[in-house]
Amino acid sequence: MSAQTQGAPDAAEVVLAARNVAKSYGNVHALKGVNFDIHRGQVTTLFGENGAGKSTLMKILSGVIRPTSGQIILDGQPVSFASANEARDRGISIIHQELSLAPNLSVRDNIFMGREIRGPLGVDFAEEERQVRLLMEELEEEIDPLTPVEELRLGQQQIVEIARALSVDSRILIMDEPTSALSASEVEVLFKVIRDLTAKGVSIVYISHHLEEALTITDHAVVLRDGTMTAYAPRAEIDLDWIVRNMVGENYDLGSPPDSARRGIALSIRGLSVPDATGKDLVRDLSLDVRAGEIVCIYGLMGAGRTELLETCAGRLRASAGEIVLEGQEISHLSIAERIARGLALVPEDRQRDGLVQTMSVGQNLSLASIRDFTRGLFTSRRAERKLIEDSIRSVTVKTAGGAAPIGSLSGGNQQKVVIGKMLATKPRVILLDEPSRGIDIGAKAEVFRLLAEGARQGLAVIYSTSEVGECLSVAHRIVVMHKGRISAEFDSTVTKEKIMAASGESVAA
Amino acid sequence: MSATTAAKSDGFSLGRLLLEGRAFFALIAIIAVFSFLSPNYFTVSNFLIMSSQVAIYGILSIGMLLVILNGGIDLSVGSILALCGVVAGAMMQGVTLEWAGVILYPPVWAVVVLTVAVGALVGALNGVLVAFFKVPPFVATLGVMYVARGVALLMTNGLTYNNLRGSEALGNTGFNWLGFNRLWGIPISVIVLAVVAILAGLMLSRSAFGRWLYASGGNERAAELSGVPVRLVKITVYTVSGALAAVAGLVLASQLTSAGPTAGTTYELTAIAAVVIGGAALTGGRGGVRGTMLGAFVIGFLSAGLVIIGVSSYWQTVFTGAVIVLAVLMNSIQYGRGGRKS
Repeated sequence: MSAQTQGAPDAAEVVLAARNVAKSYGNVHALKGVNFDIHRGQVTTLFGENGAGKSTLMKILSGVIRPTSGQIILDGQPVSFASANEARDRGISIIHQELSLAPNLSVRDNIFMGREIRGPLGVDFAEEERQVRLLMEELEEEIDPLTPVEELRLGQQQIVEIARALSVDSRILIMDEPTSALSASEVEVLFKVIRDLTAKGVSIVYISHHLEEALTITDHAVVLRDGTMTAYAPRAEIDLDWIVRNMVGENYDLGSPPDSARRGIALSIRGLSVPDATGKDLVRDLSLDVRAGEIVCIYGLMGAGRTELLETCAGRLRASAGEIVLEGQEISHLSIAERIARGLALVPEDRQRDGLVQTMSVGQNLSLASIRDFTRGLFTSRRAERKLIEDSIRSVTVKTAGGAAPIGSLSGGNQQKVVIGKMLATKPRVILLDEPSRGIDIGAKAEVFRLLAEGARQGLAVIYSTSEVGECLSVAHRIVVMHKGRISAEFDSTVTKEKIMAASGESVAA
Repeated sequence: MSATTAAKSDGFSLGRLLLEGRAFFALIAIIAVFSFLSPNYFTVSNFLIMSSQVAIYGILSIGMLLVILNGGIDLSVGSILALCGVVAGAMMQGVTLEWAGVILYPPVWAVVVLTVAVGALVGALNGVLVAFFKVPPFVATLGVMYVARGVALLMTNGLTYNNLRGSEALGNTGFNWLGFNRLWGIPISVIVLAVVAILAGLMLSRSAFGRWLYASGGNERAAELSGVPVRLVKITVYTVSGALAAVAGLVLASQLTSAGPTAGTTYELTAIAAVVIGGAALTGGRGGVRGTMLGAFVIGFLSAGLVIIGVSSYWQTVFTGAVIVLAVLMNSIQYGRGGRKS
């Protein structure tokens, strides 16, 4: 691998350093020995795909979890934080992707939540308010301390989070995907705040999937892949290609498109629009045809509308316009169960929340979507169910002690195979998979894609979505890129990663 | 997480056996202690009397189990029980049709069918409120609890219907059969409970509906995406719970040969307690008929035993409360660690 670990790429003082930091959960190695430095008053960006270990690393740096081995060195001294509070007391704060503000409380109350300034008559609100005004002046934001947080725009809420971190004199600020929900102008404001902070000597650790955006602000880049640090270099030495190469890796084989016969159109989406709760379209006038035996990959960033598109096809969400035609029949008015019965199945994005019933066994989860197939009259047939479960376990190669094992005893990859097996057991003609590789290791990924290729060979139409560009160039015959609810480009399997990323809006400079 | 699960299933420990079978062992302990304290406790006739008292709570708690498995709660069963008792009482006293100038005395079988239908209808109202209007089950059934109680009071003006025996001349005798008669020496109410329990047990373990119920209680979103008709399941469990409350109301009115609008107050809490003592999780998806039946018998045999050895009714309340808290504590030990996923 191309680890370019250089001694000191910059003269600035190192405030926080990771030395051989590793973290394991049982047999799962989330992080396998990472070394890098955070310099005073500079921005260090962590790059990496989902599941590369970025969030694990951040949690270690901010004291949320402790490393299995290795050291964290703060100001030249090895430290071990017992809790996130202890790390915060030492000047390290973290701003999570999902903001941790109480929306019903005012800006002032949020900033001083849990460490209210005491006066003789309870809380000294006037003093708190004065301090908040000072902080807001410092951040050059016109936010009134008494405004309830829910009335602020998302970008402003982010500023409140930053203000809270600054109010405890943070010297190191970790930001997880701070721009993912922001508009372009809000990103500008945030970047200005970051530059001001670094000018004052605050160090920033920044995580983002918007590569080019991150490149405009960062001073150093750390790239993680599968829990290993693949590269570490200062801004001057890197470019977009370098990041992608190190993020994705060269020897990354997830299979190739199967030479399946592509027959008639199995699923046809015509002019589909899906609104969110406020009426804004998440999917806009989108049309897509998928043939039997074909594998289509939908690539896009968070918020591009992939999940909404797939969930609307499956019947979870309602479209405001357009048609969904399954093998010649319009199905928009059908329920989820009716669509499954007609051969359209969805493997949802979040398997814990939408895919698995944690209180049931592996077998009961596998058979859940096809109970009618083993119901004889009033009662279920145990023998027929057992056969279905055993067949499923074999065909999707779930590693389990048996059908009666609790679902929680399986690894993430095997849980995902259970969700896929459950939907394949309904004998679908079209299967939709929303980020099927999310949070599973590389071996399980390869097996999942092998299953998809196998299905396509047998005439199944497959649509899967991904936010990892390496997975587009695996088994898919066709790659469709979504950007802001529309298809922004369509490629065949010979396209390059850079072209896909460009079409997704990933490299549109801020 | 996987490591702890493996460690759990590896050893067959006594502690684990006691934990899993806690309701059963509690029942054995209760019977042993009271048999020791009183010679009158361990007799066939006493067991039959106690069981016929348990029957009412038992029937209610099976309906409650279905609702709790779905992740809901039904606070209205006590009131539905009273309302249905009063409805049955009113029908036994004769339904006056003023426009026709006649008083109808429906036969007992018709009274039973209509009463159960009323209970099912009120239960269905709960189900529709929860499934379609997204009212939290606690609030929906709390409201229905008050409304049903109020309607029962309105129907009788707060009074009680006495003498539900009917008369030979009117052809509506036999209402007390449910509460007083025996088949093969066993009280009818206990047989009703057994039939209800067996049907519910078969439904839960062997029917598609049972699987739907466990799945939608365990993870409603996942169940829905797997094609489970989650709303239908919801409405059905509340409807069944209401119908079973009506059955319990009929049994109680028959045992007392009277029906009052204040009957069954706080019975919903006893039913919830039986389900919880039986090891069901209030978050849904875990539990079974066997546990719930044990829970109902634990509560019934405990309070009957305390009466027999002459403990004051105030102390009975204290003991019952302690058993419930202990049961919930055990539930959180059993489910608390394994239940949380990363």
